[in-house]
Amino acid sequence: MSNDNLPVKPEDEHGVVEVAEPIPDPGLEPHEPRITDIDPKAADRAERQVSGMFGLATLLVLGSCVAYFAIPRDSILEFGPLSGNANNMVIGLCIGLALFLIGAGAIQWAKKLMVDEEISEERHAAHSSPQQIAEITEAFKEGAEESGFGRRKMIRNSLIGALGILGLPAIILLRDLGPLPGRALYNTIWAKGIRVVNDVTDRPIKPSDLVVGQLVNAAPANLAPLQEENASEYQNAKAKAAVIVVRIKPSEIRTKPGRENWGIDGILCYSKICTHVGCPISLYEQTTHHVLCPCHQSTFDLADSAKVVFGPAARPLPQLPLAVDSEGYLVAQSGFHEPVGPSFFERG
Amino acid sequence: MSTNTEFPGPVKWVDDRLGIAKIGKKNLRKVFPDHWSFMLGEIALYSFIILILTGTFLTFWFKPSMAEVEYQGSYSLLKGLHMSEAYASTLDITFDVRGGLLMRQIHHWAAVLFIAAMMVHLLRMFFTGAFRKPRELNWLIGFGMLFLGIIEGFLGYGLPDDLLSGTGLRITNGMIQASPVVGTYMNFFIFGGEFPGDDFVARFFIVHVLLIPGIILALVTAHLFLVVYHKHTQYAGPGRTQKNVVGYPLFPVYTAKAGGFFFVVFGITALMGALMQINPVWLYGPYNPAEVTAGAQPDWYMGWLEGSVRIFPGFESHFWGITLSWNLIIPALIVPPAFVTLVALYPFIEGWITGDKREHHLLDRPRDVPTRTGIGVAFITFYAMLWIGGGNDLIATHFNLSLNHVTWFLRFAVILGPILGFWIARRWAISLQRADQERLLHGLETGVIMRSPEGKYTEKHQPISTYEAYSITARDRLVPHEIGPETDENGVRAPRRALHKARAALSRFYYADAVQKPTTQEIEEAHEHAHDADEIHELTEDTETYREVTSDRS
Repeated sequence: MSNDNLPVKPEDEHGVVEVAEPIPDPGLEPHEPRITDIDPKAADRAERQVSGMFGLATLLVLGSCVAYFAIPRDSILEFGPLSGNANNMVIGLCIGLALFLIGAGAIQWAKKLMVDEEISEERHAAHSSPQQIAEITEAFKEGAEESGFGRRKMIRNSLIGALGILGLPAIILLRDLGPLPGRALYNTIWAKGIRVVNDVTDRPIKPSDLVVGQLVNAAPANLAPLQEENASEYQNAKAKAAVIVVRIKPSEIRTKPGRENWGIDGILCYSKICTHVGCPISLYEQTTHHVLCPCHQSTFDLADSAKVVFGPAARPLPQLPLAVDSEGYLVAQSGFHEPVGPSFFERG
Repeated sequence: MSTNTEFPGPVKWVDDRLGIAKIGKKNLRKVFPDHWSFMLGEIALYSFIILILTGTFLTFWFKPSMAEVEYQGSYSLLKGLHMSEAYASTLDITFDVRGGLLMRQIHHWAAVLFIAAMMVHLLRMFFTGAFRKPRELNWLIGFGMLFLGIIEGFLGYGLPDDLLSGTGLRITNGMIQASPVVGTYMNFFIFGGEFPGDDFVARFFIVHVLLIPGIILALVTAHLFLVVYHKHTQYAGPGRTQKNVVGYPLFPVYTAKAGGFFFVVFGITALMGALMQINPVWLYGPYNPAEVTAGAQPDWYMGWLEGSVRIFPGFESHFWGITLSWNLIIPALIVPPAFVTLVALYPFIEGWITGDKREHHLLDRPRDVPTRTGIGVAFITFYAMLWIGGGNDLIATHFNLSLNHVTWFLRFAVILGPILGFWIARRWAISLQRADQERLLHGLETGVIMRSPEGKYTEKHQPISTYEAYSITARDRLVPHEIGPETDENGVRAPRRALHKARAALSRFYYADAVQKPTTQEIEEAHEHAHDADEIHELTEDTETYREVTSDRS
């Protein structure tokens, strides 16, 4: 880009912004003495204030030490509807006030007693002088010449290559941070014949346990045993397998073709994991059959294959096909037919 | 008074090894200008120090491990529950370590304050034009710290492994997963496999306590070094020029003031930690991937990202066996980085438009650069609309509004709001400039109404002091970028004509309607007029005051 047309020509690049026109700089305003400059009594008063603050701070710091040992750690302080841990509160109050007083004292000292006449210091442009530039350029050239870096291109290029390739192990060594995704996101621990259990009581659910309008948070029966085996896998499995079971009046349900036998008398089961970013959805409104994700307010219509009716989610909640086993409990006909939770690139 | 040419013993020992007199000579009485708005950066610096102090305390007891334990501490409501060691040790710090809750709360409040102070400091830089040459680099360093500070805060928020922080991480996990091609791989590498896994607390911990604070510390050092090296900017005023800095010396005044201010900031955060509850993790319970609390909110600085994904409509494309989640790619992966980059590069954009390559050490008053001020307000409005979006559910429930209406309103407001904000702020700045001009040329209205022998009513005006007049005019003349002739003297077309034209147009827009300060002649004319008539402002039939004064005659 050429600089020819700039309002400030290149030679003015180091020019100074001229502001002292049309009114010339009258110079610093005359210093107004403070009351503490004129009246020694006022100055003494200020001194007492400052040392008073410092003295009080000392007492408060000591107070915090006493509070640490004297106040039982579980005692509660109450102020009307507010309450808090007494030990923490008193220590905090003492230290906080002490720190504040030390600071306020120092500032008061500076403002009232220290000389308050403003002084001026020269400022210089950041750039180097032509002479300095010439000197450093000369020095650099000399060094570059002595190394032969520019002349011996083979050294230069091979060094650049060697240093560049060093980045590779730095990345490769991080490979074992985690396994590759593989098919992990496509599967949950739901499978054919796994019972649907209440996620608090772990009890299997019978269709007759649910009344119309009811929604139950549920999990697969094979989840709970995992907790004893491997706590981390239990959490991972739970993060994908959580479901909601809802009973809706069959006449209000609009079934998607191919899902006619996925429900039992209006009992439908959906993944609880929001298809937006994976929060467990939880707020159900009986009259509209809408369920709302509390994180980003995506709203799904459970009577209509959990399609999105509002919010940032783009896909319906995956549905789990239900059946009843020989003992009359709800079971899964199969696992989910699609990955649960938020979208990902290779999902299709 | 005799002057010592030798240091006392211990100081001499140090000087013999470090030559402190040479280093200290210039800096001991270094001048810093005085203004309240220069304290904002100090607040950020001090809260960072408080964060290091309180954070170190917390690491003595915090166990960055996701191994499952049964809680046996003194908080009876969670006794016997299975939870991660991270959460259990956070409960121990809260209930069993004396002063632990206090330190946790100071730490959290200081973190909130740290980022708030950096942001307000950044706004001060923006609106006063402090980012101009030679300080562009320090602007970028500051931006780097703000960015790292936000990540640092978010990681810290995730460490206690409570229900709220786990939910926050899961949302992050979902956003990362939406990245084209690499999403799932990034997630599996960050979390060591599927979410939540058992790795992230330990990993986030080391990044939170060592890596990021280390980088921030290095950046703070560079930032402060440059402040000292460039010397502080100052507001224009009598005796304050481009070539000097007027204020109080570092020793003693600023040692006392700035040092004292550190204690004030620490004291206030300690009082907040003592009296104001923040992040009561014991109420949320341990993380459970099947549960969530309604009305959950992240820390304030994450709110705009949260709002961005909340208000974006649900679009997704499926083709060629792949999924593109526009509902996350745009609001989470494109818009925030693009916005941040735009603001970070603003000094260079403005420099290009105005063509100003000179050093600036005098700060602009926001009104004196109306377009920049308007742009700044547009940035703020954009951010604010997204931030409000982060609490759309709370706004709906608190004000009895429909959540859908709030969201739809914000979908439009995030685009129209900044335009409106720009326009209002720009006009406002121009009006303030005009008021200044009025004050400068015609003086102050005294409220004294005079009647001449002929019965004419006039109001006496008093000229403002030279000092004030100088402060108002001590600014640059705003000259739009001039585009040269189409062809040079040989008839050759200037290269990159279109780019030059666009630049000139932007420059004209940038300076359009801004009030130029008067010339010497204009000031003289205004004053002569005042002198001749012994009044400046003539009251006419239209004047409100005139009618009031004459009402009793009718």
